Parts: sequence; structure tokens; C-alpha cells
Amino acid sequence: MSSHELKTGPLEYRTEEGRLTILGFWIFLGAEIVLFATLFATYAVLFGRTADAPSPGELFEAKTLMIMTFMLLTSSFTCGIAIHEMRRGSVKGLRNWMIVTLLLGLGFLGFEIYEFIHYAHEGATLQSSAYWSSFFTLAGTHGLHVTLGIGWVTLLLIQLTQRGLTPKTSRKFFVIGLYWHFLDVVWIFIFTSVYLIGMVV
Amino acid sequence: MQLDEFFVTGEPLIYAGMVSIALVTISILFFLTYYKKWGWLWREWLTTVDHKKIGIMYILSALAMLFRGGVDAMMMRTQLAFPNMNFLNAQHYDEIFTTHGTVMIIFMAMPFLIGLMNFVVPLQIGARDVAFPYLNALSFWSFLFGAMLFNISFVIGGSPDAGWTSYTPLAGAAMSPGPGQNFYLLGLQLSGIGTLATGINFMVTILKMRAPKMRMFQMPIFTWSTLITSFIIVFAFPILTVALALMTLDRVFGAQFFTLTGEGMPMMWANLFWMWGHPEVYIVILPAFGIFSEVISAFARKQLFGYKAMVWAIILIAGLSFLVWVHHFFTMGAGAFVNSVFSISTMLIAVPTGVKIFNWLGTLYKSKINNTVAMMWALAFIPSFVIGGVTGVMLGMASADYQFHNTYFLVAHFHYVLIAGTVFACFSGLVFWYPKMFGHKLNERLGRWSFWFFVIGFHVCFFPQYFVGLDGMPRRVFTIIPEWMPLNVISTVGAFGMGAGFAIFVFTILYSYRYSEREKTGDSWDNGRTLEWATPTPVPFYNFATLPHIDSQDAYVKLKQEGKTTFEEDKVEPIHMPSNTGQPFIMMAFMFIAGFGLVFEWMWMAIGGLLAVFVMMVIRSFDYDEGFHVEVDEIKRTERSARRL
Repeated sequence: MSSHELKTGPLEYRTEEGRLTILGFWIFLGAEIVLFATLFATYAVLFGRTADAPSPGELFEAKTLMIMTFMLLTSSFTCGIAIHEMRRGSVKGLRNWMIVTLLLGLGFLGFEIYEFIHYAHEGATLQSSAYWSSFFTLAGTHGLHVTLGIGWVTLLLIQLTQRGLTPKTSRKFFVIGLYWHFLDVVWIFIFTSVYLIGMVV
Repeated sequence: MQLDEFFVTGEPLIYAGMVSIALVTISILFFLTYYKKWGWLWREWLTTVDHKKIGIMYILSALAMLFRGGVDAMMMRTQLAFPNMNFLNAQHYDEIFTTHGTVMIIFMAMPFLIGLMNFVVPLQIGARDVAFPYLNALSFWSFLFGAMLFNISFVIGGSPDAGWTSYTPLAGAAMSPGPGQNFYLLGLQLSGIGTLATGINFMVTILKMRAPKMRMFQMPIFTWSTLITSFIIVFAFPILTVALALMTLDRVFGAQFFTLTGEGMPMMWANLFWMWGHPEVYIVILPAFGIFSEVISAFARKQLFGYKAMVWAIILIAGLSFLVWVHHFFTMGAGAFVNSVFSISTMLIAVPTGVKIFNWLGTLYKSKINNTVAMMWALAFIPSFVIGGVTGVMLGMASADYQFHNTYFLVAHFHYVLIAGTVFACFSGLVFWYPKMFGHKLNERLGRWSFWFFVIGFHVCFFPQYFVGLDGMPRRVFTIIPEWMPLNVISTVGAFGMGAGFAIFVFTILYSYRYSEREKTGDSWDNGRTLEWATPTPVPFYNFATLPHIDSQDAYVKLKQEGKTTFEEDKVEPIHMPSNTGQPFIMMAFMFIAGFGLVFEWMWMAIGGLLAVFVMMVIRSFDYDEGFHVEVDEIKRTERSARRL
């Protein structure tokens, strides 16, 4: 538990606490990969088991999906810029780009909620069949992560206004940056192996 | 819901349980109030982030759970002693074997080992705490509240009764209605959060916080086994998290994952469960191997034979542990090819395990054995575990498994590996590190009595079960036929022998607290080889005044030779330590409330509890507490008095 602070290098890596937390978070993301992998495996096993409910091909809409994907991928890019601004020491740049990220995330979430309600109206819910249970659980777990991420960023933006850029605040932003990119990667897999395959099969 | 649906009624044994719970609770409350200990409890224990105190709390809770699981076991053995016993009815018997298995694996074996890791590992690598002390406290409270949630099921709502493996469709909402099964799901989910956090915590601690210059291949073997175990935890526990969540969705929210309707797949549960469950077996056995290695090398007074081979064997076992899960259900009908693959991978595990047996034998060879109680547990482990291992290979042969599957042969096998492996290791490790934890040794004479009762009782209990299993007695039956009686009677006698051994062990703790000589040096056994023995006893809360440079395996042996200590007066600097906090306790208490609400499907309570958890997380996020510094003067004063300088 040394409290010696380095004088050079990225702010978030200067304290031992920062270095430990960032490594810990990487390992946590490893556990998250296993979590999503299990959900993907479940989805793959239950694929096609729609029982009396509509098949995914009847419900998935390419247009909404493209918008959602575009929003989330762009948000990952803006999040990257935000961290870049942070490294340059710009509080304003970090804050503004994070707010853009937040808005794009909210937009994605809005579309996802609309999408789920739409499917429910068409007769595909968590209860209707094994396939739809696994679909809603997989996509829903991702959506839940995005929701938590949005709440988390909001808290950090308040702390940024209160405290400015310190080793501790920049470590927190760096960690949520990792989290956000991770969600983006998971979405790419959901987009391809759930939606694209679901549309053509 | 009526009150008589809320509380379990109509069973004299359970009424007795209720009365004893009420009496124990009232007497604890009375003593805390009478001796004005509430402040002490809160300041010293409930809010602590010290890895040593957290470790001790883990071990005490695990001993309590060992008692609970042990009582379950003896009730089962009583029922099975003679044909047509009317001690337990079928329903009650089902509940008891379910809680026995779950409590012993999840709430006894794992916490016991995690408790030892918590206490020992930071000391072994020369660290002043774990990487994330706050998270460590959170892990402990999530385990304890998870355990409580599971344990109250037998007086409130009714216990789960679908086996510790909880196979669907039996465990689904259609065939197991009511809160019982939900207790299983939520209790495990809650404590699983803590286990995952512990895995991450120890990985970072061991990778990043070793004493200056200590290389990976100079770490004590128990630290190595903790590191590898943490890897397994991080990659296996999320699978359990998902499996439990899916079944919760099934039962509470009407999803169709494991149901017979809606094209669900009940056998997917067995796959998910064992994809976590088999690595879980290694989570409880690898640290045990680590403990035995430490104890054997300390009391054989030699460096561990084949250290590198041992490390690689642990790594290999960890890798293979993820590739064998199907052997738990060869009879499911996956086909000859799939069964063959998993049969071979299962038998492969015997190779690195065999290597380890030779490591221990090689360490003992031509050594001067110091026959302490800790060493006796380790020596009893080797032959007993080999019996368990060999029968494991027999079970691993898919075609033969059709004969053994679901019989007492299997029951005998896994008790041979889990008791002779894990439980012996817990006793061995506790006896070994006890002086470091509490400042006095456990009485060796009484320790021998408890050892012989337990070990002989263990063999008398489980060895006959191999044969009664081959005679065709299936597991999980609540009554036996006359042909199986003789072996079952012997088995029951053995079980009570183990019970006596445990009782003597608990008595030893009380007796030694009163009469044992207090420790004067930090190196209690005079044989210490690793850094934990370099600290004074009792260990100062910051562990090490100064950190030694490490350039060899068995670091403390070299320090002793060079006459160095972990207190070099001229090098002392202020030490940074984390502050105590009550947040983890409060956060997990709310999690308990949320879990309890979900068990009874009272959504207002579940949502309310979860919201409170989120509030606690927000409070944590805004908490910029930087800890405090221990000043040089205070360190010098503490060390001088602890080292009697």
C-alpha cells in the first residue's frame, strides 16, 4: 500500500492504487467475457426453439438495428476521444465528449426498449419460448450493462466538476472507458450472431 | 400468505431447531449488551477491512457451517442405519441431503479455504493487505449473508429438496413450487458475487503486491495454489452466475430455459451447472494441496521436493478442470464419441495429480519428521486421497460408469476426495497457522484425540460405502433394504466417530484458549520457511514494518540464516493503510433483503432492497477516503513491544 506518486506517465497510472484498480478491472472484464460467452452459448443451443411464437426472421428489422449499431459504435469512438482529451489534461474536452457518449448510449437504449416492446406486441416475450427467453436474456443483459454504464458516467461527470482531473478521477474515467468499449465489442457479436443470422435463417 | 405458510410447521425436529436458534440468538444479544460489546463488535469486526480479521471471520463462519452440515449428515446416517427407520420422512430426508451438500461445498469448504488464504497469502508474499481491502470486506459479507439466506430456509419457507445439483425439470417451478428452490438460487447467487470478487482480489494481490524482488517462481506453494485457484474462480463463477440467473428467470418470471414446455432444454442445466461445478471441485482441492505442501515441507524440515513440477502440475490441473464436465452425466446419452473424449480428459487429470503425490513423498523421503497434529493430518491425507483418486479414475471410464453412476460408490468416492483432501487440509492448515492467528497453539494432546476419532471414523464411514454401492444401493434414497444393512450400520458408526472428532476439535479450541502457553516468538514451530513466520505474533495490523528483499524460495529460511528481520529500525517509513468502513456490511445487508424478497416473489421488497444497494454504491462512488498513515514512532513502538526488544 505505497502512496508514492509518480511524476510522469498517464495520470491514472501514477498511484499504486490506480495501477492495481486498472489491472483488477481488466480481470473483471475477463469474467464478463465468460458471462456473455455463457449467454451466447445458451442462445446458440436454444436457437430455433421458438415453439408457437413468431420466428426471429419475421420480427427483426434491419433499419432499427443499423441505427442502434451506428449509435453504439459511434459512442465507443467518442468515448475514445474523451479519454484522449483526458490524457491531454483537458477537463472540458473530457466532459463534453463524455456527454456525447452518454447521449448516444441513451439513444441506443431508447431504440432497444422500443424494439423489445414491439416484439412483445407481436407475441414474442421472455415467456413465450426457449428461444425468446434466451434472446431477451442475452440482449437484455447487454442493455442492462449499458444502463448501468450511463448511470455510472453520470456520477463520474458530477465528480469531475467537483474535483477536476486527479489521479483518482482520471483512473475512474479510464476504467469506465474500458467498460464502454467492452460493451461495444459485445454488441458487435450480438449484432452479427444474433441479429444478422436471425434475419437470414 | 398465512403465517403457517411462512414458517415451517409440523416437524418436531424443526421446532427444536427453531427453539435452539432463538435461544442462541437471545444469548448472543444478551452477552453483547451485558458486557457492553456492541461498539467493540462494530469497530473491530463488522467494519474491518483487515485481511487477517476477515480471514478469521471466514474461518469461524465455516466452522459453524461445518457443524450445520455435519448435523445434517448424522441425521441422514441415523435414518439409513436400519431398514424402515422412521426417523426422517422422505420429504425431510430430501431436504437434508440437499442442504448438506450445498452447505458443505459452498458455505463450508470454500469459505474455510478462502479464510486461510485471506489470513496467510498477504503475509506469505510480504504485502500489507490485499489489493482491494474494501472489496475484500464486501466479499466476506456477501458470503455470510448468502449463507444466512440459504440457512434460514429450514425454518422459514421450507428448504430446497432437489439435491445440491438442483437438476431441472425437477427443480423447475412446475415440479418444485414454493420458495424452497428460490432459497438455493438466491443464496448461491449472493455468495457467488463475493467469491468472484475474492478471485479478482487475490489475482491482483499476488501478481502486483509481492515483496521487492520476489519472483513468481520464488512464491510459497500455497500462494501459487491461491493464484491458480483465483484464475479458476474468475473463469468458472460467471457460468454459475448465469445458470442461477436463468433458473431464477424460469421460476420467478416464467421464462422457458429449462422447462418441458416452450421447447426448453432441461439437460442444459446439467451442462451449465457442471461447467462451473467441476472447476469448483478444483477450487476446493488446489488450495488444500497448497496447505499440505506447506505443512509437509515445514515438518519434514526440507525444501519442497520438485517445486517447479508441483507448480506446473497445479497449472495443468486447472486447465484440465474445464474440460471434463460431461463425466458427471455420462449416462445422459451424449453418445460414445463425446463420452470417450471426456473419459480420456478425465483420466488425464490423474497424471499431474500423481506427480504431486510423488512431490510429497519425495519431500518426506529421508527427512526427520516432526510429528505434530498438523503434520498428522497431512500424512493421513496422502493414502486416503489416493484411494479417492483411484476410484475417481474408475468412475472416469465411461462404460464402467454406467454401473457406478448414482450409487453409493460415487458417494464414497467424492467424500474420499473432499474430506481426505479439503477437510483434512482445513484442519491441518488451521492447526498450523493457529498460533499466528490467535497467539497460542492448539493443545496437541487433545488434537491427537480429535485426529484419530475423525480419521478412523472417516474410513469406517465411507470405505463400506464403496461396497454397498457396488451392491446396488443408489444415492439419495431415504430407506434401505435388509441386504444393505450390515455395511450401513458400520457406516453410521463411523459417521458418529467423525462427529466425536469434530466435537473434540471444538473443545480443543476452548481448552487451548484458556490453558495454552502464549506465543513468545513469531516463528511458532521453529520450522517456519515462509514469510508469514517472519512477522511477530500477534501480527501488527500493518503486517511488515519493513519489507525484506527476497532472492530465494523459502524466504524466511534465508532471512534467519542472515540474521535479518522484517523490522530494520533505520529503514522504517510511514505506512499507508485503508480506513475501516461499515459500507460493505450495510450494502450486503440490503442485498440480503432484496434476495429474501425475490425468494418469496415479493417484488416490492426485492426492488426496494436493490434500490438501497444502488444508493450504497453511489455513496461509495462519492467516497474519496484516502486511508491514513501509520507514523514511524508508532511502528517502532509496536514492533519493539511485539518483538520484546
